[in-house]
Amino acid sequence: MTTTTASTPAASPAPRPPAPGLLDHALRLRWAGPVLLALAALPPLAAALGEDFYIGLATRILIFALAATSLNLILGFGGMVSFGHAAFVGTGAYAVGILMQQGVMSAWIAWPAAVLASALFALLVGAISLRTRGVYFIMITLAFAQMLYYLMVSVKAWGGEDGLTLPGRSVLGGGFDLASDTRFYYVVLALFALCFVGIQRLLNARFGHVLQAIRENETRMGAIGFRVYRYQLAAFTLAGAMAGLAGALLANQSSFVSPSLLQWNQSGLLMVMVILGGVGHLWGGFIGAVVFLLLEELLSAYTIHWQFILGALLLLVVLAAPRGLAGLLRRGGGRA
Amino acid sequence: MTGVLVLEQSLNGLQFGLMLFLLAAGLTLVFGIMDMINLAHGSLYMVGAYLIATAAAATDSFWIGLAAGVAGTALLGMLLEVTVLRRLYQRDHLSQVLGTFAILLMANEGVRMLWGAQPIALNPPASLAGPVELLPGFFYPAYRLLIIGVGLGVALLLYVLVTRTRLGMQVRAGASNREMALAMGTNVRRLFTAVFGLGAALCAVAGGMLGPLLAVQVGMGESILILAFVVIVIGGIGSIRGALFGALLVGVVDTAGRTLIPLAFGHWLGPEAASGAGPAVASMLIYLLMAGVLFWKPRGLFPAHG
Repeated sequence: MTTTTASTPAASPAPRPPAPGLLDHALRLRWAGPVLLALAALPPLAAALGEDFYIGLATRILIFALAATSLNLILGFGGMVSFGHAAFVGTGAYAVGILMQQGVMSAWIAWPAAVLASALFALLVGAISLRTRGVYFIMITLAFAQMLYYLMVSVKAWGGEDGLTLPGRSVLGGGFDLASDTRFYYVVLALFALCFVGIQRLLNARFGHVLQAIRENETRMGAIGFRVYRYQLAAFTLAGAMAGLAGALLANQSSFVSPSLLQWNQSGLLMVMVILGGVGHLWGGFIGAVVFLLLEELLSAYTIHWQFILGALLLLVVLAAPRGLAGLLRRGGGRA
Repeated sequence: MTGVLVLEQSLNGLQFGLMLFLLAAGLTLVFGIMDMINLAHGSLYMVGAYLIATAAAATDSFWIGLAAGVAGTALLGMLLEVTVLRRLYQRDHLSQVLGTFAILLMANEGVRMLWGAQPIALNPPASLAGPVELLPGFFYPAYRLLIIGVGLGVALLLYVLVTRTRLGMQVRAGASNREMALAMGTNVRRLFTAVFGLGAALCAVAGGMLGPLLAVQVGMGESILILAFVVIVIGGIGSIRGALFGALLVGVVDTAGRTLIPLAFGHWLGPEAASGAGPAVASMLIYLLMAGVLFWKPRGLFPAHG
């Protein structure tokens, strides 16, 4: 958790100095430390204030931050604009829901199964979609997500349009009952932190550098001998797997799974979070999810017409902050 | 019996396809010429339907309502272009997605503030309320025939506009090579505003014509927007001909699928499968169609760029 790029061994075989470059994304302790502390201190603080409601909200935000961060890996760092990311979130959620329907409550079985199912689906979708580029890639990923959506609407055994109501949360065992919102929050926080650091390490490793270089110039990377398709497919699958984990957590949090999780506007929502936060910025997904969901919560408390104000604020961000909110934090820094 | 069914469904498919074309034409031009992803296109369709419904209720005439609503939406579209969208042309696609998504949110909520959350009524002209006998023993709603007529008429007008006028020439030049069109002295600002107004007017026509069949309500623009995107991707971005062809293809496949697949399921798998899985599988069809088209023709059926 305490790494800086200077201490990362030079992953590239080229004789370049290991100074942090444009492709490196340092996890600065002066940012990450306070954020983690604040997140860890949130439940006792909320309990002390008698506002337990905020624990649930924070859990939801962290789950969406996880999903948005996984999308940012392919959208921001890989240059692959996937408009079907909700399909992978939904696959994870349905995996947990269907297993519970069959009587499998253990998180140790259901969550890895959710991750695996989403990874396999992402592998399939990616293998076909990555043959196209640009807008056509956007639309073909959307097409697969919509197909899965209609499939889930049609399968009556899995709840059809009404969805599945789950009997409760997954069971971790060892007396650690996830039914407690606070405990569930800490599990979500731990998983999010783990995935976040994992992505940060990956981006600074050789794989991440190659992925970002492909985003910058695909032809050149192909010409110097990198298997562009394989790198992109690996990243796409990994992002799908992580979205599946977010889906499994989301199913647990709301104890409910329905096709609306898979709908295209969910994919759009994740995309909006990433763009709002900062495309290709390490913290982009996190910032986007936090700001979007908090704004939604705050504004809807004041007026039923909160969507209008939210829209106006988003428009302001687009016009005033071309690189998203994260770009505002580090003016002049960041990637080129 | 089957002959009548096929004929009726073909007409329904044609009617839906033509309305999709009105939406897709504006979208494909904005995309092809300005290289702009406009998620707010569906909002213009919604606003158009609301304006037409309100004007029709106020004047007690569907036709005056239609004309006033279309003109109003075109003005609104141009206003939107001049104030906000113009600033997004030079930005990347993702910023455009976020910006137009913001406009979509504001449009939805704005409509809800002005007209309320309940769907509002838009009645077809009374003279066209009944069915007409097209063939001996074959009745078809007169209003649906009118939609087909209007759709064909607008498509023809658009064809003449694009292939026979100076504006159309600039539009085609812009779609096939934007930089060169600029270099040749096209007044881009005016052209873009005009194209945007035209697209908005087409949206409003579709909204007004479909309003009596579907509900005029908040969010009506979103589902049809996705269909319009499917249409322009199948047809090839920037191509009007592709948009027409893609729209008819999607309209017919969607309509035929919705009728035939539940029938087939009922025949082979029993009524339960027909009512449950049938409609959903039918909805999947157009996405399968798009995935198939992109697999074999990755740039759509009629690519506009050279």
